Amino acid sequence: MIKHIAGVLHPAAKGRGGVKVPHNKNTENCRIIRMPAPEMVVLPMQQHIGAPCSPTVQVGDTVKVGQVIGDTDKFISAPIHASVSGTVTKIADTVLANGRLAPAVTIESDGEMALFEGIAPPVINNVEDFIKAVRDSGLVGLGGAGFPSHVKFHLDPKKPIDTIVVNAAECEPYITVDYRECIDNTLYIIRSLMIIKEYLGIPKAVIAVEDNKPKAIEALQKVADEIGDGSIKVMQLKSRYPQGAEKMIVYSATGRKIPFGKLPADVGCIVMNVTSTAFIGRYLETGKPLVSRSLTVDGSAILKPQNVRVPIGTNLNELIDFCGGFKPDLDKVIAGGPMMGTALVSTDVPVIKSYNAVLAFSKGTMKDKPDNDCIRCGRCSQVCPMGLMPTNVMRSVKAKDIDGLKASNVVACMQCGTCAYACPAGRPLVQYLVLAKDMIREDGAKK
Amino acid sequence: MSENALIQKIKPTVAASPHMKSGETSQTMMRDVIIALVPALVASVWLFGPRALIVNIISVISCVLFEYATRKILKRTNTLSDLSAVVTGLLLAFNLPSTIPFWMIPIGAFVAIVVVKQFFGGIGQNFVNPALMGRIILMVSFPGPMSTWTENYKWGETVDAVTTATPLYILQNVGDKFSMEDMPSYLEMLLGQRAGCLGETCALALIIGGIYLLARKVITPSIPVSFILTTAIFMAIAGKGDLNYIVYNLLGGGLLIGAIFMATDYATCPLTSKGKIIYGIGCGLVACLIRQFGSYNEGVSFAIILMNLLVPHIDNLTKLKPFGYIKEKKQKEAKAE
Repeated sequence: MIKHIAGVLHPAAKGRGGVKVPHNKNTENCRIIRMPAPEMVVLPMQQHIGAPCSPTVQVGDTVKVGQVIGDTDKFISAPIHASVSGTVTKIADTVLANGRLAPAVTIESDGEMALFEGIAPPVINNVEDFIKAVRDSGLVGLGGAGFPSHVKFHLDPKKPIDTIVVNAAECEPYITVDYRECIDNTLYIIRSLMIIKEYLGIPKAVIAVEDNKPKAIEALQKVADEIGDGSIKVMQLKSRYPQGAEKMIVYSATGRKIPFGKLPADVGCIVMNVTSTAFIGRYLETGKPLVSRSLTVDGSAILKPQNVRVPIGTNLNELIDFCGGFKPDLDKVIAGGPMMGTALVSTDVPVIKSYNAVLAFSKGTMKDKPDNDCIRCGRCSQVCPMGLMPTNVMRSVKAKDIDGLKASNVVACMQCGTCAYACPAGRPLVQYLVLAKDMIREDGAKK
Repeated sequence: MSENALIQKIKPTVAASPHMKSGETSQTMMRDVIIALVPALVASVWLFGPRALIVNIISVISCVLFEYATRKILKRTNTLSDLSAVVTGLLLAFNLPSTIPFWMIPIGAFVAIVVVKQFFGGIGQNFVNPALMGRIILMVSFPGPMSTWTENYKWGETVDAVTTATPLYILQNVGDKFSMEDMPSYLEMLLGQRAGCLGETCALALIIGGIYLLARKVITPSIPVSFILTTAIFMAIAGKGDLNYIVYNLLGGGLLIGAIFMATDYATCPLTSKGKIIYGIGCGLVACLIRQFGSYNEGVSFAIILMNLLVPHIDNLTKLKPFGYIKEKKQKEAKAE
């Protein structure tokens, strides 16, 4: 208890800027249900930030769960594994939720879900083995960004790391998969952290959780006290969107400000999503790569909101069918959270590694504000976690003032949407900010 | 597949994130300002009688009509629903004496809404506070009626309003035409039982409104606090620590309505809290200098208008530094290493 209070009193625990968003964690008490394997999965070759993979199988090949079907020799990437056993029927471009095309391998399931023979717990003797194991597991950041995890573990000797920050903030409304991970797989999280700390030689770890998840904090604290050696700290953060953004969570958890344009490693930190952390623990024990993931399926237009574990590549339609389907007054479907997720035109898209939720809303639940004139209230500047002034950026965009845009530091914007959430005039500020970044890039290309 | 069929049929709304928005809109914020002005509105009628109510009504109606008509003539969208014209109307009325001839009110409203606000692009674009500009134009055009102050209305008695002097005028002329006994008591000052503009006299009502605005987070304390504190400090020095002098200067004139409602107008105050504090201090200083050394005994309106004009410069000087910003000096040092 005292530790919790101390956490809140930490000068940085509040972070800066941000808004209070309604939590709507409706599914927090839904244990993750495993969905029956679908008849077919579509596995895009680009499920992460970085270089896409190339298929390593051919049409007609028989594959088993966990077998590598896509890989590349590029550094920033992660291999892709078959998520069902069966036959490769097609290798062709498919549309992803964000509207982009990516080559994908289609596997028709034989219903067996037979594990690939080569799966065995990795043998690890040193740090190189460990990093290779993480790469082989196909792990990417499961919190939504999808950054290949092994890349973070290649430590630069010039930048000593002393803290792993485990991101369990889950500041997006509705989503509860990370929370379930904290409650159901507490042991894996802590064990995994001990292992990562040992191999990478990092002395401390902080698990940062928002204070709207007291049960998760309690569970983590209990296990950390039991099996930890005191080097793993569970920290309570104020519930404030976007607390889970990389720079914010490092600041809140350690009090260190990541300098403008730098990475967490520059202040001695590695940031890991909590579900990714637990996955590493499980992978080291079983050797089963990343072939399935949990998603929160929720929203006012979903008949049976719940947390579901599906093989990667499952069609969203099947997932939604499994959750009772849509209500007829459906208005909006979002892949991801309501603050940063993508609104879908079609649900005929596969689940990829970086999705953590599918939300569907009835008419009237996600009301848009009328787009009125800016009243200069300054809300956007007050709430911007990056200390930008979106209203000024908007003016510069309208005036096509490239110098003004460059001076506005808009490149630091992470599109968290806090400004647009708070704007009383309903200005589409995120669009202006993205446009501003594009204008700067275009201007740079011209020169 | 059934889900896909449904989604094909209904064509879901596709929009950029965030899909969730706060419940606050320009309209709810202006509504909160109106609610915050209600205590002062009630006080103005209680203190200055039915005529005050008529002045309020004429002012609001003319502001709303001018807003509607200009938008219509300029072929712009109708913006009455944001309620900002109602706020301007109320604030303009609050800055007029109760005895003002009715026909003058629309002139003030015209200046406020048409010239200051709509000619510069409507809400958020006015370069100075519209209501204050309306008042100042009326003040320089009709100095007589605009500075005729009467005693409070006596409900139930049918006597003509008796003209009198405002506390600040008395204060400036103590020992000359008046003595300290002519000043209203602290309680009378707090309740507004004194001569002055409609909405500025009842300090209590204005403070209640201010607390409401702060509680609803429509305004932040930076401007009112820095404005009022600066005035208090200045007057403490000017009055050589005389408590009377400080209290009458804080409760008298238009300081409270100015600091709480006029200086905090979004369009004409700086965006950042640092800027807001500089602006508040500036407002306080100019108001005090006019009160102390100028020929007017009231300087709040001029002070706010003057500082309004400086806002773009204050904004430029107080731009936010991005998260993790490294000072240029340090940047150079780091490069040198």
